[in-house]
Amino acid sequence: MRALLRIGFVASMSVDAHTVRRIAHLARIAVSESEVAPLQDELNAILAFVEQLGAVDVSGIEPMTSVTPMVMKKRDDIVTEGGRARDVVFNAPETEDHYFLVPKVVE
Amino acid sequence: MNAPATPKKLIKGGLHDWEVVIGMEIHAQVTSRSKLFSGASTEFGGEPNDHVSLVDAAMPGMLPVINAECVAQAVRTGLGLKAQINHRSVFDRKNYFYPDLPQGYQISQYKDPIVGEGEVIVDLPDGTSITVGIERLHLEQDAGKSLHDQNPTQSFVDLNRSGVALMEIVSRPDLRSSEEARAYVTKLRTILRYLGTCDGDMEKGSLRADVNVSVRKPGDPLGTRCEIKNVNSIRFIGQAIETEARRQIAIIEDGGTISQETRLFDPAKGETRSMRSKEEAHDYRYFPDPDLLPLEFDQAYVDALAEGLPELPDAKKARFISDYGLSTYDAGVLIAERSSADYFEAVAKGRDGKAAANWVINELFGRLNKEGLTIETSPVSADQLGGIVDLIGEGTISGKIAKDLFEIVWSEGGDPRALVESRGMKQVTDTGAIEAAVDEIIAKNPDKVAQAKEKPTLLGWFVGQTMKATGGKANPAAVNVLLKSKLGIE
Repeated sequence: MRALLRIGFVASMSVDAHTVRRIAHLARIAVSESEVAPLQDELNAILAFVEQLGAVDVSGIEPMTSVTPMVMKKRDDIVTEGGRARDVVFNAPETEDHYFLVPKVVE
Repeated sequence: MNAPATPKKLIKGGLHDWEVVIGMEIHAQVTSRSKLFSGASTEFGGEPNDHVSLVDAAMPGMLPVINAECVAQAVRTGLGLKAQINHRSVFDRKNYFYPDLPQGYQISQYKDPIVGEGEVIVDLPDGTSITVGIERLHLEQDAGKSLHDQNPTQSFVDLNRSGVALMEIVSRPDLRSSEEARAYVTKLRTILRYLGTCDGDMEKGSLRADVNVSVRKPGDPLGTRCEIKNVNSIRFIGQAIETEARRQIAIIEDGGTISQETRLFDPAKGETRSMRSKEEAHDYRYFPDPDLLPLEFDQAYVDALAEGLPELPDAKKARFISDYGLSTYDAGVLIAERSSADYFEAVAKGRDGKAAANWVINELFGRLNKEGLTIETSPVSADQLGGIVDLIGEGTISGKIAKDLFEIVWSEGGDPRALVESRGMKQVTDTGAIEAAVDEIIAKNPDKVAQAKEKPTLLGWFVGQTMKATGGKANPAAVNVLLKSKLGIE
C-alpha cells in the first residue's frame, strides 16, 4: 500500500511514453513501439484508480504492516538446507557442472 | 566534520592544491552459520550451487524467514560503532536485473536501517587521530557469483553466496587522504574482528569497499563524486583513491567537469574506468518487502547483547597505556588483533609491561613475520616468553643471552629456566670473575687505556671486550661500574 502510494507520488500519478519504455527495460520486458501507447493508457488507468486512495487523510497514522498484531518470525542460526545443486539448476535451460549458464555478461 | 584542510594532505595540481574528499560504503559479511533469510550454509567455497536453498534460488512461492543471529550481529556491530540502535527497522526490495540475482531484487534496508549514526576513532601513523562519522549500518543479502572466464560466450553462475547476510556500513565523507581511508578500513576491520561479527577476510571477499571520491579547492563546497565499486584490499583502496583523485584533478584543470558515475579500479593497469552498464540500473525502485514484517525489538534485547560484548580496541588500548605504561604506538600495535593483545597480556601478567611489550613486538612479532607465522601458530608460547622476561628481570641472564635463549626456545622448545641451568647461560654477577677478565683486557691494551682518559666513549669498546671474554654472561651493569672505576672515567 505504502509502496504504491510512494510510486504514485513520484510519478505524479501518470506516466509518459518514455517512462513506459524505461520501466519495461528495467524489468527486461520486450515492448514493441506499437505496444507503448496502449500500455501507457493501461498504466495510467491503474494509477488513476489507485489515486483515489489519496482522498483518505492518513496523516499521523502508522502504516499498517499486518492485519493481526504479530512480530516477525525468526529462525535459529543453523544449517537446515543445501546439498541439492541438481534440483536447484534442474529447470535451467543450460547448465554445466551444476552451474547456471547465461549469455556472457562482463563489465 | 569539516575541519580545515591540512596542507600536507593536499594533492598538488598544476594550478593549485586540491583536497580529496572520501566517503566509504563497506560491505562486511556477517559471521553466521546460515544465510540471512534461509537455512543454507554460509561456508566459503563449496561445490557450485551446493549451499543454496530454494529461497536463495528464488523459486516461486518461497518465503524469507530472518536469521535471529544475523540481527544480533548487526546490533553488536552498531554498539561497537557507538551508534544509534533502531528498535524498529524495515526491509525493502532494491530492484535491479543481473544474472546472479535470481530474485530480481536484493532484500536490503533503505529508509529505516537497523543502525543509525555512530563514529569510529581512527589512529593515523603520525600519532594523530580523526573521528569518522558513521551514517548508518543496514542488513542486506549478498548476490551470487558470476564467472566470466570459463567459456567464450557464456557466464557461469553460482548462487552459493546468494542470500548470505551483509552489513553495509556507510561512512560520512570525513576522510581526506588515501592514508586516512586505509587507516579507517583497518580500524573498522579490527573492531569487527573483536566483536566477532565479521571475519574481515578480504581475500575471501568478507570485506569489500565502495569508495566515493571527489576533489575540491580547500574551503569550496563538495565536488561531484565518483563511486569506485568493490575494491577488495586495503592497499588497492589507497591506490584507487590516489588514481581517481588525480584523474579528476586533471579533468578539472583542463577545463572539464566530472560526471557522477560508477567506476571500477583496475590494479593491473593502475587506472579507474567507467562501468557504463551499471548507470541505467540506478533506478532501484525501492519499496517495503511485503514478505517481511518490520524488524522490532526492545531495549532489554539490546542491553543483553551489550552485556556480552568483549572489550573493544579503543578501551583495550587505553588500558594497556595506563596499566602497563606502554607507549601509544606499542599499545596500538598490540591491540590490532585480539589474539596479539591476549598473548601480550598473558606475558605481561605479574611482570614488567614495557619489557613484555618489547619482547612481544620486537623479538616475537619480528620473528613471526620473518617465518610467515601468526600469533596462533607461534612456536613460543606466552608462558615461555614470560619465563624469558622473568630471567632477565631477576638478573639471571643478560639481554644478549636472552636473545640466544629465545632462539633455542623457538627452535627446540623447552622451559627457559631449565635451559639456562642445563646450558650454563647464567649471567656472571660474581665481581671477582668479572674483575679478572677486566684486568686482563686492561693489561693487554695499555694504548687504549691511555686514550680512554681523553675519550670516554671508548668505554663501549672495553665493555664489548669484557662481554666477549666472558661469553656474554657478565652482568653489563657490573662490567660498566668496574671499568669506569679502573679506567678513571666519570
